[in-house]
Amino acid sequence: MSGRIEPGKTVGMEVSIAQAEVVAQCDVDCIAAYPITPQTHIVEHLSEIVAEGDLQAAFMPVESEHSAMSACIGMSAVGARTFTATSSQGLALMHEMLYIASGLRLPIVMSCVNRALSAPINIWGDQGDIMAERDTGWVQIFTENGQEVIDQTICSFKIAEDPRVSLPTIVNMDGFQMSHVIEPMVFYPTAKIRDFLGVFQPLQRLDPRAPAMFGPVGIPEIYTESKKAHDVALLNSQAVIEEVWARFAKEFGRQYAAVETYQTEGAEYLLVTIGGLSETASVAIDELRAAGRKVGQLRLRLWRPFPAAAVRQALAGVKGAIVFDRCLSVAGTGGPAATEIKAALYNEPVRPTIVGFIGGLGGRDVTVGDFRAMIEKGIGYIDRGDAPLYELVGVRE
Amino acid sequence: MNEVNLGVYAARLLPQEELFTQGHRACQGCIPALMLRQITKATGRDLIVCNATGCMEIISSPYPYNAWRVPWIHAAFENAAAVASGVSAGIEILKKKQRFFHDRTNKIAVMGIGGDGGTMDIGLQALSGALERGTDFFYVCYDNEAYMNTGIQRSSATPMGASTTTSPVGKADPAGQTTWKKNFAEICVAHHIPYVATACPSYPFDLMRKVKKAAAVNGPAVLHIFAPCPTGWRCEANLGIRLGRLAVESGVFPLYEVVDGKYTINLDIDAIKKSVEDPAAELAKYLFQQGRFRHLRTKDELLAQIRERLRQDWTELKAKAEK
Repeated sequence: MSGRIEPGKTVGMEVSIAQAEVVAQCDVDCIAAYPITPQTHIVEHLSEIVAEGDLQAAFMPVESEHSAMSACIGMSAVGARTFTATSSQGLALMHEMLYIASGLRLPIVMSCVNRALSAPINIWGDQGDIMAERDTGWVQIFTENGQEVIDQTICSFKIAEDPRVSLPTIVNMDGFQMSHVIEPMVFYPTAKIRDFLGVFQPLQRLDPRAPAMFGPVGIPEIYTESKKAHDVALLNSQAVIEEVWARFAKEFGRQYAAVETYQTEGAEYLLVTIGGLSETASVAIDELRAAGRKVGQLRLRLWRPFPAAAVRQALAGVKGAIVFDRCLSVAGTGGPAATEIKAALYNEPVRPTIVGFIGGLGGRDVTVGDFRAMIEKGIGYIDRGDAPLYELVGVRE
Repeated sequence: MNEVNLGVYAARLLPQEELFTQGHRACQGCIPALMLRQITKATGRDLIVCNATGCMEIISSPYPYNAWRVPWIHAAFENAAAVASGVSAGIEILKKKQRFFHDRTNKIAVMGIGGDGGTMDIGLQALSGALERGTDFFYVCYDNEAYMNTGIQRSSATPMGASTTTSPVGKADPAGQTTWKKNFAEICVAHHIPYVATACPSYPFDLMRKVKKAAAVNGPAVLHIFAPCPTGWRCEANLGIRLGRLAVESGVFPLYEVVDGKYTINLDIDAIKKSVEDPAAELAKYLFQQGRFRHLRTKDELLAQIRERLRQDWTELKAKAEK
């Protein structure tokens, strides 16, 4: 978009910059954003693209993330393709408005650069911010590298704006370890992306020619039905998401799935990961496989709607799964992914043992060796049947 | 001023069409609801309303009922101005991209609206942001001087001495509200926006003229509208209009407008002068028809402070208008 990208060629670029470029390629109409580390490069670069005249869009620098999401709601409600990006405290400040954006069924796309929540204040990678927004009713997708950020950003507009979905969508990437890393990526021709997406056609908009009411009072006689409709829409979105990914694969050549598998053939133990550390974990899997261990990996790409059936299917027949969460649910029953996977399996007649490890908090590095050690320790718990509810790894004593 | 001189026949010149319609659930004698009729008669149909949570939101929108014949959005409490910013920016860019109302030449006015709590307290940041950015919209703060929707709790717009459910009169604290009302219009003027005005539904033609002006302005405009709430002010339901008149005539809520920084006092200047020079009578008429001020009858010292503050505020405003 800015003339820096050459479609079809592999280029080295910071992932944040790449996301801004691809958002511009998607022909967004409106952006409202407030700066917060480590999201800043995305919105800075978008404002630059708009200022240079390479994208015809309204870039609104607002006075808080709460107002950013509020402005996005107004923008989307008049029928504008709308984007924002945030992190951590910013996402937490938006919390109230996230429910309202999804409740009003407005297909806003948001990049969430996952970062730890205060206190203590910490600007580094951690998924505690997004996990606190699990129940906000948005489609939530995780990525593992720059190429996936490009691809999923494109898909997110397509998913969100599909009239069968009409729900806001979050694309997650790990703070710094993805957002600030220069990676090799391939861009697609702008015309091809715009053809894939089409022009946003809202189901309803604020239009004086046909006055409609957005956000009325939901009295007890209607609130439950309204929530049911939201639940059904988000559950049903999975089929549309998979359809979009299939079409994306056909047009652009890369296939995605709600739950992705790696080295699972004949695996007795599976490591389950979400987000950017998944690639590091894959190296650990490779090493253990080379040493003859029957281990494989599941990567959760789709977090909301939770792909319960796909998770059950992927875990059927294994002895146990070791789930790695980059988020601590303080004094709860485990990390968010581990507890949800357990819940999805609970009523299965035969179910694998689930071991939950939590680590990588606030930017703490998790190495290939750490994953290897977790897998070995997890296998021990599974074989002996003495797994704790959850275990925080990498704590300095 | 011309509309006022049309006198009793002027009402017949107003649009018959009601865009804020009957059937809403406002209390008997609700002045903010009357204000919405006046506002929408002034704007006509080319209006998008961004309503903060509050009385006017809940009484007009209990699904499946809808009292509005214009497009309307309610998101949350503190952010009507931010939502309106988004609506305004969305319209502007879609027009540029030739994807919105390309068949219409009329300006679509965008109105943010909230009560005094939703504006002067929790919504002040969002409003300040929208004004500072030069958003093309107008914002209405309908000020009934407390959180009426949640049950008459004090806000920063509650006047000195008023009893509310969170500034009650007690043995240890006999005054009620112990702080002065925030000067909201001045906060808006300090943003150097093109248009700020105060208005009151007791003066419908003045109010409607100001709404038309605010809607037509390119850039931000703010209307601070004094909107008596008989329920919250603990008075008879038929007194709202009368109390609005008395508030203006006594100098409690002068009607003025600030166009590009230039102040004009609009109405009842002589009455205000008379009241401020000898305020006891006019002010007492205003205060003591309301239950929220009943306890002040015996508080001579506080009444004197209120009178002195009134005189000071009037002197300051007059000086600005004469500059």
